[in-house]
Amino acid sequence: MTTTTPTMPGPAALRPVRATGRRRQPVLGLLGCLIAVAVVEALPRLGVVDSRFLPPFSTMARSLGEQLTEGEFWTGLGQTLVGWASGLAIAMVAGIVVGVVIGSIPLLRAVTASTIEFLRPIPSVALIPLVVLIYGSRPQSALILVVYAAFWQVLVQVLYGVADVDPVVRDTARSYRFSRWAIIRSVVWPTAMPYVVTGFRLAASVALILEITAELIIGVPGLGKSIGVAQSSGAVPETYALVLVVGLLGVLINVCTRAVERRVLRWHTSVRGEA
Amino acid sequence: MSDTIALDVAGLAKTYRSPGRDVEAVRDLTFQIRRGELVCIVGPSGAGKTTLLRCIAGLLDLSGGQIRLDGTAVTEPPAGMAVVFQEYGRSLFPWLTVRGNVELPLKEKGLAKAARAAKVAEALDAVGLPDSADAHPWQLSGGMQQRVAIARAIAYEPSVLLMDEPFAAVDAQTRADLEDLVRTLWKRLGVTVLFVTHDIDESVYLGQRVLVLSNRPTVVLEDVPVDLPDDRDQLTTRSSPQFTKIRTHVYELVQSAKRGERPEVR
Repeated sequence: MTTTTPTMPGPAALRPVRATGRRRQPVLGLLGCLIAVAVVEALPRLGVVDSRFLPPFSTMARSLGEQLTEGEFWTGLGQTLVGWASGLAIAMVAGIVVGVVIGSIPLLRAVTASTIEFLRPIPSVALIPLVVLIYGSRPQSALILVVYAAFWQVLVQVLYGVADVDPVVRDTARSYRFSRWAIIRSVVWPTAMPYVVTGFRLAASVALILEITAELIIGVPGLGKSIGVAQSSGAVPETYALVLVVGLLGVLINVCTRAVERRVLRWHTSVRGEA
Repeated sequence: MSDTIALDVAGLAKTYRSPGRDVEAVRDLTFQIRRGELVCIVGPSGAGKTTLLRCIAGLLDLSGGQIRLDGTAVTEPPAGMAVVFQEYGRSLFPWLTVRGNVELPLKEKGLAKAARAAKVAEALDAVGLPDSADAHPWQLSGGMQQRVAIARAIAYEPSVLLMDEPFAAVDAQTRADLEDLVRTLWKRLGVTVLFVTHDIDESVYLGQRVLVLSNRPTVVLEDVPVDLPDDRDQLTTRSSPQFTKIRTHVYELVQSAKRGERPEVR
């Protein structure tokens, strides 16, 4: 995972350096990718590693190209994306609703705190035997794992967010006689927004990991299952090609969530400092 | 007589209770503010000025006594009251524009869109920010942000405006401008203003009366009338002998409050 929590902008003195850094960053990043590709291409060709285990990059790319023409690949990609997105959506809605309710009621928060701290660190993969028992290799298995893993990421962030309401803002809202619902809608929710977005970003990556894991381990239909099939049939270039696709998917999701973040949090210090 | 009283504070007491330790912040405060008056409250720091204001605003439960606004006991934030807080940077919602900030309380009040737009424009005009409606508060200077908070308060059309050390965090020149703005708005809108400050000069310059508080547990040390002409001016008013006289008197009162002097127990 390459995700991090949003950081506050650094001192003003650092800005000019960051500005030029930002302009050069895509170029440098691209250069880094090219070097990595060149290394993967060169290592098997120079015989440093056995090309049975690590085929040259061009071979992987050719295999990927072939797969792109096959309907099976697109079906798998679609299944993975649907599983990921629906699990993430359920986790987001559940995490936000539960988080706002628990966070708004101090008693509820005190009662649930220890339970949440107990359930949260249970790795989702530990639930694999359980879901297999119930759903076998149907998509529901993956869905439960994805929701379980993503839910805690969202919930914990929302809880922090709800607790972060400035007392002065709360007093202001109360002095203008905002109703309870109005305070949640126009004070608590915007305050929690940066945390919700962070939760979304974390949950999106974790959801992808669990979706692929479920497909790979349990055999739920999707790209992960295709990777497993390719691997067991000894199709090494195909396996690598699919892994690359999953990696690209992760990058794409991260880029999208960052774009969402910048848009939703225009007003927030972490975003406007870089504007 | 009683119908000209806007705010009636009678025997107000507030003790912060926590397990093992009670802190008596306000002991016995009694004062009245007539409709349309501009009254300043000064006291040494830690005198419970903010506690008093939060009680009047209905944000804090009383331990004793009663507060009446227009004849009705204050048990929750009352409808006819608006508060301008010292921490303008935190009191304004950063996710809303200036317009959104001023408009939101009106929306919660249930005003129709057209009426809201008119009131927002009017209020921003009155505080001298007609062109900043689409900016976000954090794009404005401190003084401008406090103007937005004032605009939000006056757009709400309260009968009593509470101001809690609103200019404590702005620079001296901005402060003078904002003081004049408060005087202007007060005269124009006929609103009752209760202005809490730690600045003695400010209290005398602004108020028709200055209530000087004792130190903790707080009581009113003296109710000082400010018999300065109604038209005040930063330069001439502040340099007039009468201003100096009142200012000196209030200063001495605050000093004696710091020493722990209290009025005779009644």
